[in-house]
This record gives sequence, C-alpha cells and structure tokens, in this order.
Amino acid sequence: MGLKGRAAVTGVADYKNVRKYTGKRKFFLEQWAELTQLALADAGLSKQDVDGLCCAAIPESTMFAPATIAEYLGLQVNFAETVDLGGASPVSMIWRAAAAIEMGICEAVVCAAPGLPIPSHPNPPPKDPTRVYGSTSAKWGSPQAEYDVPYGNVAQNAGYALIAQRYAAIYGYDERALAKIAVDQRTNAQGNPNAVFYGEPITIDDVLQSKMIADPLHILEIVMPCAGGSAVVVVSERLAKKCKHRPVFVTGFGERLTTRSVTYAEDMTVSPVGPAAAGAFAMSGKKPKDVDVLEAYDCYTITVLLTIEDSGFCSKGEGTAFVNENDLTFSGSFPVNTHGGQLGAGQAAGMAGGMSQPVEGVRQIMGRADGRQIANCNAALITGTGGIMSEQSAIILEGA
Amino acid sequence: MESNRPLPIPTPNSEPFWKGLANHQVTLQQCNDCAAWVFYPRSHCNGCLSPNLTWTEVTGNGTLYSYTVARRPTAPQFADDIPQLIVVVELNEGVRLNSVMINVAPEALIIGMAVKPVFHLQNSATLLYFEPA
Ligand SMILES: [Zn+2]
Repeated sequence: MGLKGRAAVTGVADYKNVRKYTGKRKFFLEQWAELTQLALADAGLSKQDVDGLCCAAIPESTMFAPATIAEYLGLQVNFAETVDLGGASPVSMIWRAAAAIEMGICEAVVCAAPGLPIPSHPNPPPKDPTRVYGSTSAKWGSPQAEYDVPYGNVAQNAGYALIAQRYAAIYGYDERALAKIAVDQRTNAQGNPNAVFYGEPITIDDVLQSKMIADPLHILEIVMPCAGGSAVVVVSERLAKKCKHRPVFVTGFGERLTTRSVTYAEDMTVSPVGPAAAGAFAMSGKKPKDVDVLEAYDCYTITVLLTIEDSGFCSKGEGTAFVNENDLTFSGSFPVNTHGGQLGAGQAAGMAGGMSQPVEGVRQIMGRADGRQIANCNAALITGTGGIMSEQSAIILEGA
Repeated sequence: MESNRPLPIPTPNSEPFWKGLANHQVTLQQCNDCAAWVFYPRSHCNGCLSPNLTWTEVTGNGTLYSYTVARRPTAPQFADDIPQLIVVVELNEGVRLNSVMINVAPEALIIGMAVKPVFHLQNSATLLYFEPA
C-alpha cells in the first residue's frame, strides 16, 4: 500500500526572501503564473505538460481557487486540490500530487505557495479588528473564538510557549541546546544568498540575550516573517526522464491531525509529526538513520526539537542531548534545515514558508545547493507543521 | 483597550457553561454512555459521539498543566495585561482548558501546582480564571 516512488519532483522555483519588499507587488494569481513558468523551465517542461495543480487559499478568491488558477494560467487539469493544512500544506500538496500521479490521474502537477505582497487596494476596505488574532478564528461558533481568544491565547507564540514550558517541566530544559538549533540553522543560512539573515551569523549567547517574547521563547527562536514564495513541479516517471535534473522521487508520506488548539492535545509535548514521519518511513522502507538530511518545519526552535525526537532520530526527552552532540549544519553530523530553515532564511508569507523545506530537500538531492551542498545527499525527510502542532505531514524524498 | 476585549458569545449549545460561570459555578458535560467528561461544550461526546450529555456541576479545582508569561501582548486588545499569564489548566475531571492565572507572581508558577477557580467579570461576561489553591 502507499506510494511506489514513481512520481518525482523535477523542477523548483522560488523568490528571494526579503524582510522589506520593495519590488513590484503581485496578486497571488500573478505569482502562480510566474512561479509555474519558472518551475517548468527549471524542469525542462512546458505548460502543455501540466495536468494537475495543488494550491492553498488565494486572497483574490476565497472559493474556487483551483479553477481560478487554472483559468488564469490557461491550464486544463485532471486533478486539483486546495490544501488547508496551514504550514503543513506544501508538504501535503506534494504527496497528494505524487499519489494522483501514481494513480494515473495526471502526469505533471504544479504545487505553489506565493508569498509576495499583493497590490494595495485603491479603496481599502475597513480593517477587520480580529485580523490581529492571526490564524486563530474569532468567528462565532468557532471553539477558538469562545475558549481561546477571551483568554488571550491567540496566534502562535503563546501556544508554542505552552508546549516548550510543559516540555521543560517533564524532560528538563537545556536552553542552550534550543538556542543551538537557531544558531546552526543561521550558520546554514550563510550558504544561502536568498536567506533574510544571509551575512548575519549568530551565537548561542545572542539567542539567549535576545528579547523574551513568551517564556521560554526568545525572539531569535521565532521565525522572521518575510516576503517570498516558491513552487515545485511533480511529474510521472515517464516525464521525469525528459527533465533536466536528477529526479527526486517521493517514496513515502504520512499525515496526522489531532487538535486545532494544542490545549486539548493528548500530550502537549508529543507532536503528531511522530505518526506522520513513521508512516513516511514505513512506506519508503527507510529508517531515520537512512536519511542524509532533515528539512523540518521550524516555526520555533521547540518545533525542530520535537520533530527530531518524535520522528525517531533520538529517544523522547533526549532531543537536547542529541542537538548538543550533533552539528546541525550542512557539513555536520546531522544536517537540519540546510537553507537556514525559516528561522534562518525567513518565513515567507501565505503558506510559502512551509514550501521552503521541500524545495531545499529537492535542491540538496539534485546536487544544486551551491554553498551549502551536503556531500552525497540521496535521501531526505521533509516535515510540515500547521497551526499549533495541529497538522503534521512528512515525506521522504529520494534521488534516482 | 478594556472595552475592545474579545468576549465569548455563547452558542445555544454552550449557554449552560457560561450561565454557570455567571452564577459562580463550573459546569461540565458528562457523557451518559461512556462517562467521559467533555470540554469544551459540544453537541456530541468527543469520546464516543453519543449525543447523550448531561450538565454537571464540578468544583473547578485542578492543576496547572502549562503556562507562559507573554512579555508582549498576544494581541493589542491585551496590551493592559502585560505580562499576561496565559495558562492551561487540567481540571480534576481530566479535561483541559485555556485560562489566565491571577493573584500569583510569574516566578511562582509551577507546572503541577494546585489551582482553584476565580470567576472573573470581564465587561458583560464571566470568564473562568484561576489562582493558586
Ligand atoms: Zn461518550
């Protein structure tokens, strides 16, 4: 059961991450067209090859996003999917694309996540005061509106801080190890000219001396929002043979959702990434020791720590020792987020942050990661995290 | 900012919970079929999907499951509360809920500490806050 590993990522495209975007503003539809054109050119394919698409919501059209995108790009597709899994959406788009291709529904699926600012409205509508709650729903009837928002548990920082604080109470908390995750990833960002923190390495003390936002999370343990965006094209084995680069096959996936608000998680210190990664490993026939790189969704340092533990790279509660014993940089013993991750490269808007991890895994396996290339990179575990550990997905990528 | 505070708007299903708080009572739903305690209020038990739920008054006592001290407001509406002591409490019945701790210094918060309910009047709503027991 599951994937046979007959669908491959053969093209990628991304915008440079920037904190203060001064370029031309573009609607998501325009970014979809541009990223698709770039990813197809990268693969060596043409628009005529595309017969599937996976997207997240687009601001221009709250419903009917796939048809709107297909129409704008002039595509006729046999497979279309709007994925609504927060930061896990991009990883989940890729396995859905691979599954649809293996089922024979389609042969080339574009998965894109734009994240550049859209043009300013000439007559801006009045601001919605609930916008400040981020992705927390303030709509009547939403459990979050009723039981999270009135108590100030809104947006992401508080939820991840609650997770980290509980982890500290149960397993102990080596704050220097948590900080080292941010530091090693920042070192990786020094090999990525598209990272927002390119040219700005940091130390563990820098992290620990940075502003406390919500105990125990310092500001340097939290992603920096930025403009960006990226896309991949997933194709059949047949089309992969025509492509320019080493095909990167999707050989396993897993997905797990439990609660929207982490308050109700069975155990707040255990991420649903565990079952997701276990499913991906089992399907691909790989074990944690078989992967050359972990590209882990990293909204916070604690997210990376839990992903390392719960994906099976070390035992539960031993994540901080594992981080201390390993060099997480691209030339190290256990490379993590070789592009800098979202902590080091920035979290592009929309769902684009979570596309950076698969794009980097593909580049590593293709051997196109320039100044941060891992020697002999053949297999990667890529994870996506949405909400407050609400949605988790994982894929195994392998070079042909 | 006080007047902008987001308040719960009860639904037909959750009204007994909020009315209970207004009367300084903590009430929870319990499943008639599998005996699970249910929070937040639902139409069906999240243990077995039975629609047979009964409202029961409980003490509201519990323990601190986790907390954070928000040094920056989580939203502008909470700017007057800095530092916000955002907590998750596990009631003695085993269900967890979001809350705020009061009458305690941030440094005195310890995960596992016993807590008891405080019925906090916020504008027109009564919220379930906690303090050390
Ligand atoms: Zn039940």
